[in-house]
Amino acid sequence: MTELIFEQSTAGRINNAQFLAGTPAIDDIPESLLRKKRPGLPEVSEMQAVRHYTRLSQLNFSIDTQFYPLGSCTMKHNPRICNEAAMYDGFSGRHPSAPDSTGQGVLSCLYDLQEILKDISGMSEVSLAPMAGAQGEFTGIAMIRAYHEARNDDAREEILVPDAAHGTNPATAVMCGYKVREIPTLDNGDVDIDALREAIGPQTAGLMLTNPSTLGVFETQITEIAELVHGAGGLLYYDGANMNAILGKVKPGEMGFDVIHLNLHKTFSTPHGGGGPGAGPVGVNERLVPFLPVPKIVESSGEYTLLDKKDCPQSIGRLSCFMGNTGILLRAWVYARLLGHDGMKRVADYATLNANYMKAKLEQAGFEMAYKTRRATHEFILTLKKEKAETGVTAMDFAKRLLDKGYHAPTTYFPLLVPECFLIEPTESESLEELDGFIKAMEEIQQEAIEQTEMVKSAPHSLPVRRLDDVRAARQLDVVWQEEQT
Amino acid sequence: MPFIPHTEEETRLMLEAIGVRHIDELFDEIPADLINEKLDYVPPALDEAGIRRLSRKSADADGHYINFIGAGAYEHHIPAAVWQIATRGEFYSAYTPYQAEASQGTLQLLYEYQSMMASLTGMDVSNASLYEGASALAEAVLMAVRAQRRKQRILMPVSIHPAYRETTETIVKNQGISLSNIDYASESGTIDMSQLSDELGDDVAALVIPQPNYFGALEEVDALVDLAHKRGCLVIAVVNPLSLAILKAPGEWGENGADIVIGEGQSLGIPLSSGGPYFGFMCCTQKLVRQMPGRLIGRTVDADGKQGFTLTLQAREQHIRRSKATSNICTNQGLMVTAATLYMSLMGPAGMAQAAKLSHANTRMLVEKLTAIEGVEVAFNSPVFHECVLRINTDVDDLIRAITAQGIIAGKPLESDYEELKNCLLVCATELRTEAEMDDYALHLERIVSKR
Repeated sequence: MTELIFEQSTAGRINNAQFLAGTPAIDDIPESLLRKKRPGLPEVSEMQAVRHYTRLSQLNFSIDTQFYPLGSCTMKHNPRICNEAAMYDGFSGRHPSAPDSTGQGVLSCLYDLQEILKDISGMSEVSLAPMAGAQGEFTGIAMIRAYHEARNDDAREEILVPDAAHGTNPATAVMCGYKVREIPTLDNGDVDIDALREAIGPQTAGLMLTNPSTLGVFETQITEIAELVHGAGGLLYYDGANMNAILGKVKPGEMGFDVIHLNLHKTFSTPHGGGGPGAGPVGVNERLVPFLPVPKIVESSGEYTLLDKKDCPQSIGRLSCFMGNTGILLRAWVYARLLGHDGMKRVADYATLNANYMKAKLEQAGFEMAYKTRRATHEFILTLKKEKAETGVTAMDFAKRLLDKGYHAPTTYFPLLVPECFLIEPTESESLEELDGFIKAMEEIQQEAIEQTEMVKSAPHSLPVRRLDDVRAARQLDVVWQEEQT
Repeated sequence: MPFIPHTEEETRLMLEAIGVRHIDELFDEIPADLINEKLDYVPPALDEAGIRRLSRKSADADGHYINFIGAGAYEHHIPAAVWQIATRGEFYSAYTPYQAEASQGTLQLLYEYQSMMASLTGMDVSNASLYEGASALAEAVLMAVRAQRRKQRILMPVSIHPAYRETTETIVKNQGISLSNIDYASESGTIDMSQLSDELGDDVAALVIPQPNYFGALEEVDALVDLAHKRGCLVIAVVNPLSLAILKAPGEWGENGADIVIGEGQSLGIPLSSGGPYFGFMCCTQKLVRQMPGRLIGRTVDADGKQGFTLTLQAREQHIRRSKATSNICTNQGLMVTAATLYMSLMGPAGMAQAAKLSHANTRMLVEKLTAIEGVEVAFNSPVFHECVLRINTDVDDLIRAITAQGIIAGKPLESDYEELKNCLLVCATELRTEAEMDDYALHLERIVSKR
């Protein structure tokens, strides 16, 4: 256990190097608007702060320290050059509202990224404004709504979402004022197209689909699905969460999607940062172009300009105060240029190779795959329901025991359709040795589940803490440190 | 092949284990007519030296300017340790702490962050961040409407950042919520109390109060909060976190304090970077905690009774509640919050108060120097924090062009958002501006104004 920074604080201690020189007065601000009591921020030396947060960092698993096969999150290598470049003074020091003429460098990079994303997605235009996947989804569905409204097609009040979809899909549809209807999945992992046919109609605004799906398989009936949705006057939304599986091989625009978002923190390797920031650019085909969010980066004779709502009257509007997560977009641009033309396809090739190799080896070791007859895409699902029935050891127990063995656990209990599941995504940047190491660890736990059941059920044993009491965390809510507690 | 470690021999072994001869066979479930490996635009790969050269060239093209512009993003001192520690791989390349036992570093840091923000704002709780300030306001509006049930109207002062209003409009407009404008008084540049009083009806869910407002001016927060509460309406405070080192905490505004506090976190150690990534913060009263969007970290104990940290109240979130979640937000801005927590620890309450006071004093000095020029005057008579609106007797767009050519960003022109503020410029001088830089600015401005 590491003491809280507040518990290391000493009243009156000042980090003098950060106490900037001067004797400023604030005598022109009325007393009633001033703070009487100092905020309870820590009073520590620079060394204390540096040591404390360095120690905290060491309590984390991360891509830089461990294999991190978190399914649907694409935890690939984060090249350091991407961060270095984004932090160059010219980029990091530029004010967002400074004239466009002072930002031709950064705008040229962003424009280049826009064109690259257009090319790999097969869409007509791309906007870099959304700040995360969920905001990309919001942007896409808001554009679908604006499109129908512009045509006075007001009866469309439903968005269709497969039951295997990520939780952000239905939550997004509701934020855009739609009702959600879930479409069931067939045993082979594909969408139940008969159920879809039943559900679709004049009330359908659109369908949100992830392909490859969250079940780790490619939706083979995609062309037929697109025809169905378009035939009913709806639009097709592509959730790009799993783009890493088809990068440089299949373009969402050519699968029939009208609007897409891409997660640059997945496919384009920008850092996950302990939970963000991300970037979720959207791409659209011709009919949705007028509705793209602002600001919009355009180029004319080598000069780059940002357009706002006055220039794009049909735009759904702004998503943030400035220009999205620009520094993250720069990191993605650096990564894209490092991959280059041939590198795009190789990402999909080797991500898929790694996943299928792990699937084959784990199957050989006696683990049950949720979709045995299917190829893995860049990820796959195994179910531990047999292990649970035989030994009582659950997917959660397996996950915690993996931590003891130095591997971050795969995504557990998602998608909700598969009982006791692991969604495993190795990514292309992992080596054969690393994959074999993980497979060996899984085999060991399989044995331990039989021979030392209690030990597995009470794992982890070698981490900074053992299993945490989540019920207590929610019931006796303690989300802010108070001095009197300690 | 960048970032792919496989040797040819390894690839062969792996394909053999799978039982296929070639990687392409792994894609055999994809309908053949959908495979298209042709890329028309993507250029050939660069190596690291190549991309470094290209990025540096682009960054250098943007040069270095002396910023007298704020308007929602501010150039402050950032201790060197902030980004050196925040970009340690263990923070930089970890993900959302779903496996709490393997993420205690990030979780404890976020708990400390929540505690710092709650203390700074004077509120009971803080979440673990939102995307940035403007979209945080949209989330606060949605939260207020949820808490107030049938009330669907929000009072939004014209003196709030125009991009905050636009963003909120984009995000909430499809949920039947209406945003009503409240004008500013033309002399003070702050909320027009009499119009506000007329608008505060039964249907109003919340009043938004920016402090300082977009013009840099300080609102009469105590009176505003009390009036809003008296009429059964919640208060959403929009604040600059660095200013709270010296200004009254929203939790102490009026009799009962604000109900929800949001803002842009950029001034806490985040570089300007042309607009992002930054982070939004959100704090609220205990009563509203279950209506909050975003991640929340709680302190609890492990199986041995030892202190530990975990994601909590997840039943509010999209991955559990799906279409009934408080928001669709999933990822937030973890890395930025890591930097902000380091910033607040390294600066401490004294260092932050000093930076805030210096920014205030520098802006005052700048305004004195600029208004000494004939044809330049202060537009509003309210006290300010670290920004001020100047009315200048010349075409402001021309002025900006001319001063930019001298390596100075003069400020933010207001006319495109406020017709009535023709030739008005919002200026800011943080603790980083020197007197010599201000003199230089004044010299150029005088030359331009006197040419008329």
